[in-house]
Amino acid sequence: MTKKRTINFSVPYYLWLVLFVIAPVILLIFESFTNLHGQFTLANYKSYFGSGTYLRMTFNSVFFAFIVTLITLAISYPMAFIMSRLKHAQFWLMLVILPTWVNLLLKAYAFIGLFAQKGTINDFLTFVGIGPQQIMFTNGAFMAVAAYLEIPFMIMPIFNSLVEMDQSLVNAARDLGATKWQTVWRVIVPLSMNGVRAGVQAVFIPTLSLFMITRLIGGNRVITLGTAIEEHFMVTQNWGMGSTIGVVLIVAMAITMYVTRDRKGGGKA
Amino acid sequence: MTQPIIEFKNVAMQYGDTTVLKSIDLEIEQGKFYTLLGSSGSGKTTILRLMAGFLTPTSGDIYFKGQRINDVPPEKRQINTVFQNYALFPNMNVFENVSFGMVLKGKSKSDIKAKVSEMLALVKLSGYEDREISELSGGQQQRVAIARALANEPEVLVLDEPLSALDYKLRKTMQYELRDIQQRLGITFVFVTHDQEEALAMSDWIFVMHDGKILQNGTPVDIYDEPINHYVAEFIGESNIVPGVMRKDYVVSFAGKEFENVDAGMRPNEPVEVVLRPEDLDLVDEADGKLSVTIDDESFRGDYYEITAHDDDQNPWQIQATNSATIGKRYGLYFDPEDIHIMRLNESEEDFDARLEHYDEEEETADD
Repeated sequence: MTKKRTINFSVPYYLWLVLFVIAPVILLIFESFTNLHGQFTLANYKSYFGSGTYLRMTFNSVFFAFIVTLITLAISYPMAFIMSRLKHAQFWLMLVILPTWVNLLLKAYAFIGLFAQKGTINDFLTFVGIGPQQIMFTNGAFMAVAAYLEIPFMIMPIFNSLVEMDQSLVNAARDLGATKWQTVWRVIVPLSMNGVRAGVQAVFIPTLSLFMITRLIGGNRVITLGTAIEEHFMVTQNWGMGSTIGVVLIVAMAITMYVTRDRKGGGKA
Repeated sequence: MTQPIIEFKNVAMQYGDTTVLKSIDLEIEQGKFYTLLGSSGSGKTTILRLMAGFLTPTSGDIYFKGQRINDVPPEKRQINTVFQNYALFPNMNVFENVSFGMVLKGKSKSDIKAKVSEMLALVKLSGYEDREISELSGGQQQRVAIARALANEPEVLVLDEPLSALDYKLRKTMQYELRDIQQRLGITFVFVTHDQEEALAMSDWIFVMHDGKILQNGTPVDIYDEPINHYVAEFIGESNIVPGVMRKDYVVSFAGKEFENVDAGMRPNEPVEVVLRPEDLDLVDEADGKLSVTIDDESFRGDYYEITAHDDDQNPWQIQATNSATIGKRYGLYFDPEDIHIMRLNESEEDFDARLEHYDEEEETADD
């Protein structure tokens, strides 16, 4: 009786999984093995792994995602740490989450207003006498905007892991002779690694597949895997090649999950 | 007199408008087992946190070997803590947990290894070095927490309700072991508990706390035999407390009769409370008893029967007896003069001590 009911309740979940996760992935893999005329072929993979352009693009994409993740982490960890110790921590977290409700393109356009030739930042630079600089369409601009967009997704898991940490562990470290800094380094940071891992997962993969930002802010000088997929589906109409890159992206995702997995199984309190 | 290792002078602690501790004075001497006993919210854990350095008192001073340590951070105090939830680092194994303090101090690897095995042997966990914390049972985690704190070679070990999460049998075992460890190492233990049985079994000296104040302090026997007031009497073991009047020295009247007792130093006809412990009462034939009672109920407790009864003035009585009694039947209640404990109403601890000393002296001179 109970068993039957649990099965019934899980039906919508499995249906969702099959329709929106498994079926698309199968379609994607199937599509990646077809050419423009709908025939079976390995040509897409051959050209992907045989061409320097694709491989360079993949490397660049991974490299940029890596740098963006690093910048995000460097900003988010101290921020989450300070926030978790503030009196109205939940209020500050709310302020971090709020911008994620605003459409991504709107935020990108806001940055154009800041970074443009006659934008706010260049106005300021002119005011202090440095003169206008080229900010838009640079790698720096792309990384700054990407990092800005991803910061909330890094802060949230780190913040949660810090807030959930048992305060008596911190007390125990101090009690055993650790100074404040030693406590942070030897106890708080290692124990918040689960949050860091979750944050890296939530930032690295989406950054690999970011696309509109590369065009609006990066001026198509940075081609990420996401941009390449978009180009193949929308511009060149080569769905097969687009799917192949999609499969590469899925593999990259799996590798990221594997690298950032919780190594000490059951090492949690 | 030797210098106390920890001393509190007029220590008070407030959080905003809430007063947690009201002017605490206490002295802890080297090498003894102390217990802070009280119900939750009595302020006992606050005292412990003040000792360890996690809190700074709102007013008053704390001394360690005569040095004021109000502003000394926890890592600079020679006091280590065993936390209520053990607070073992879940990302480290047993060895890393126990060696944590020594690694920070920069001790050599061989020293650390030797000390860890010594400490694990002390808590009977030899060979557990490589276990993960999550693989240990509650009792084992408790032992690791004790080993970790002791590995720092503290002068004082403070323990915050360390046994409260363990089952009854394990708790009993750990009580003996903790007492044994304390005596072997000869360091001072300050133990916090709400369990009076635990406090009586383990301590050299007990502080009974209530509502941010120390109500009474003394040896377990003193506190059990001569509770200062109603609260302490109720809290430490089961008690029969009946209103009475101290007619004159060594004569008290309660339940409509006069009895010979061993207390003195009060005003004639002073109203008092009379304490009789259930285990000091014997059920005898009605004719042989000092007081007549009717049995209301009894329950079997394994090694004794817990019997409830009432006297002719409707005072309830609890009696612990080895033999079963008949419900509804009248019995006599027998007790010796020294089983009667007298508590004056609203007597402070100083007055209480002064009075006891006073008539102890009188008795001594009378004996001469």
